[in-house]
Amino acid sequence: MTSTRPPLPLLIAAAAGALVASVPLVYLLVRAGEIGLDTFADVLVRPRTAELLVSSLGLALAVCATTLVLGVASAWILATVRLPGHRWWWVLTALPLAVPSYVAAFGWLSTVPGWSGFVPAWFVLSAVCVPYVALPVGAALRRADADLALVARSLGRGRWASWRTGVLPQVTPAAGAGTLLVALYVLSDFGAVALLRFPVFTFAIQRQYGSFVGRDNAVVLALVLVALALAVVGLERWVRGRGERRRIGSGTGRPLSPVAVAPVPTLSCVAVLLLAPVVAIGVPVVALFRRLAQGTARALDPADLLDATVSTMTVAAGGAALALVLAVPIGVLAARHRGVVVDAVEAGGFSGHALPGIVVALSLVYLSLRVVPSLYQGMIVLMFAYAVLFLPKAIGATRTSVGQVPPALTEVARSLGRPPVAAHRAVTWPLATPGIAAGGLLVMLTAMKELPATLLLRPTGTDTLATEIWSRTSSAAYGAASWYALALLLVAAVPAFWLSRPVTWDGPR
Amino acid sequence: MHPSRTLRLALPAIAPTLGLVLVLSACGGSSDEADASDDPLTVYVGRDEELVAPLLEQFTEETGIEVEARYAGTPELAATLLDEGENSPADVFLSQDAGALGALSDAGLVDALPDEITGAVSPELTSTDGTWVGVTGRARVIAYDGEELSADEVPDSVTDLTADEWEGRVGFPPGNASFQSFVTGYRVAEGDAAAQAWLEGMADNDVQSYEKNGEVLEAVNSGQLDLGLINHYYWFQTAAEVGAENMRAQLKFPEAGDPGALVNVTGAAVLSDHPDARAFVEYLVSEAGQTYFVENTYEYPLVPGIAAPEGLPALEELQGPEIDLSDLADLETTVTMIDESGLS
Repeated sequence: MTSTRPPLPLLIAAAAGALVASVPLVYLLVRAGEIGLDTFADVLVRPRTAELLVSSLGLALAVCATTLVLGVASAWILATVRLPGHRWWWVLTALPLAVPSYVAAFGWLSTVPGWSGFVPAWFVLSAVCVPYVALPVGAALRRADADLALVARSLGRGRWASWRTGVLPQVTPAAGAGTLLVALYVLSDFGAVALLRFPVFTFAIQRQYGSFVGRDNAVVLALVLVALALAVVGLERWVRGRGERRRIGSGTGRPLSPVAVAPVPTLSCVAVLLLAPVVAIGVPVVALFRRLAQGTARALDPADLLDATVSTMTVAAGGAALALVLAVPIGVLAARHRGVVVDAVEAGGFSGHALPGIVVALSLVYLSLRVVPSLYQGMIVLMFAYAVLFLPKAIGATRTSVGQVPPALTEVARSLGRPPVAAHRAVTWPLATPGIAAGGLLVMLTAMKELPATLLLRPTGTDTLATEIWSRTSSAAYGAASWYALALLLVAAVPAFWLSRPVTWDGPR
Repeated sequence: MHPSRTLRLALPAIAPTLGLVLVLSACGGSSDEADASDDPLTVYVGRDEELVAPLLEQFTEETGIEVEARYAGTPELAATLLDEGENSPADVFLSQDAGALGALSDAGLVDALPDEITGAVSPELTSTDGTWVGVTGRARVIAYDGEELSADEVPDSVTDLTADEWEGRVGFPPGNASFQSFVTGYRVAEGDAAAQAWLEGMADNDVQSYEKNGEVLEAVNSGQLDLGLINHYYWFQTAAEVGAENMRAQLKFPEAGDPGALVNVTGAAVLSDHPDARAFVEYLVSEAGQTYFVENTYEYPLVPGIAAPEGLPALEELQGPEIDLSDLADLETTVTMIDESGLS
């Protein structure tokens, strides 16, 4: 159904967006070019670098395995078990999305003082990341066709075997994509590993950047981290690429229908669903309130809290708006056209996927300082960082939403005499906008929680909720941090609530 | 409900937000064109926001001068200032230690201060060439777990901490400016080889590494760590909050002349010709500024005639290694050394 030749203006707009999105990666390479080969060799052969590699990969692997099991289990329960207050279980499952890793880590640190190392990092990051698997798999299960499993059963397979051959393959792409997000999240997470003192790449990059002479080392480590992230992306593509499934034949599929199960299994289902929210939100929120009750050394200034909340929403919304501007042409192009050029443009737009926040920040500090000094430490650079970092989310949402509008509808509009652009405006846009807007919302939510890039790039004198929390977790002002953490949870919970609806991951159908 | 309907309901909330953002960013852009004299004073602060922010507010209240502060670690800000060079937006640098100020001064990035500012401070506790001024004094101490150890059991010298007895029981923040200055002091007093051997000995002895002094103290105070190398005032701040009698951690001042007994200073330097920059630095060494630090951060005042916080040994009694504060400027070698010993 896709026409092969994209209209030139669309191609130009999309290519421009992709070029802009690749700027941080390109500049990082330029900056790396200034570093002598001996520094590269020096950093790469250090035993420390190998240790970091093992820690980063080990943590990512452990968190991926945990979230995959827990996420698929949660999704399966949401889709197949009839629980009272069904809608709210979806919301609860999505809610950890609103919790920045460093807030969860901070909450756990207040509860178990001095907890540090691999185990707490794995524990906290797993809980925070479960929704990345549970939500898309849950949505895929809702779409899944139960007939295939019935066919398998009629051919003599057992209950579990028929589920495995009939239903599971229908959700593996979603599970794979979700796990990829988790892997990238863990590789790029900075706040939780820093608070829980588990040294991984991001942590080492920040430390080298913060040291007096380590900036070149930071760039070298950043490049290694990018290579690591790219390898993960490549691995996921390779796994997904083998085994595409198509439904052939006519008729509609039969959705999996929720079933009521006996009370005892129901309780264990509830326990599984509660696990991640309790670890990610329950315990940390209780800890925050306990800290508040203990009082604070310095009273909270409500005006400061309001200022930080407003700046957080302003930069996050600005980043989301910028991301949408860049993403929409790329997403439309990817949804409607195929080809080498289209693939290249899409890959450029996705470069933020493999760029941890600290890496983009590093690149943009140098870029703005040397190329556009007037923008250095300006709001616009921070918004740009958010846009690049989270562009893949906006492109994905646009591609899915536009892709689900049947091109035939536009063709009908054209056959009725509308010119191409007007036909799109009349037909495609109204149907695709909600999904695209949800993508923008997801960008905004993620940007509000972003820490490492915000720390480096924010304008002097501008505090966001994330930076306020961070500065207070590192001084003796834990109580004061609680107000900011609670405010951030509250503000982030609103978009997370919207995004909890399976249709967001599903698109309108 | 039709799925896309709920989504459409979300739209009215998003559109105005985005509109507002664009308007706000536009407003933000126009303020850049205001006169330089109306620009707020930009201060890079290499210390905890919690400690310094109230002082900045007090300064603005008393003088009407608006201040915008950028908080980060002192080494990070020093490296940032070197990167920024002449393009730096910063007007004043408030540093956690003398070494970073010396490094910036060596790079020619700071403006000399007038005598009436530098002259306010005891000469041995400020720069020798008037490029920066000392603001407060702090002593390096060993914090120990008072429930596990008595003061006698705690070594008098940091050089003893590489012994097997202390394996895995000692912690410090290798990325912290005060710690790095202590290492620089060690190098100057005992030679590079001795300092390097000590760092490697500590790394081999499984020293626990933290981000900040405050975290080290918290670890000692909660019993996870037996000994921690910190600045004296972290203990006094925490004691002021929870009560000295509730402190599990106790302090030991290393013996006179020990590298671990370094007395270092925080200080400030002017980086631009902003008309209010000097007024700010002058305020730091005024009675109001010095009193703020005495009362809120429990550091030693450097201006003669202002009383030190109660309960502290007199500054004159503390004998660090025999070095000059301007000798602490060679941060580069120190940081490389810490890095190479595998501690960063």
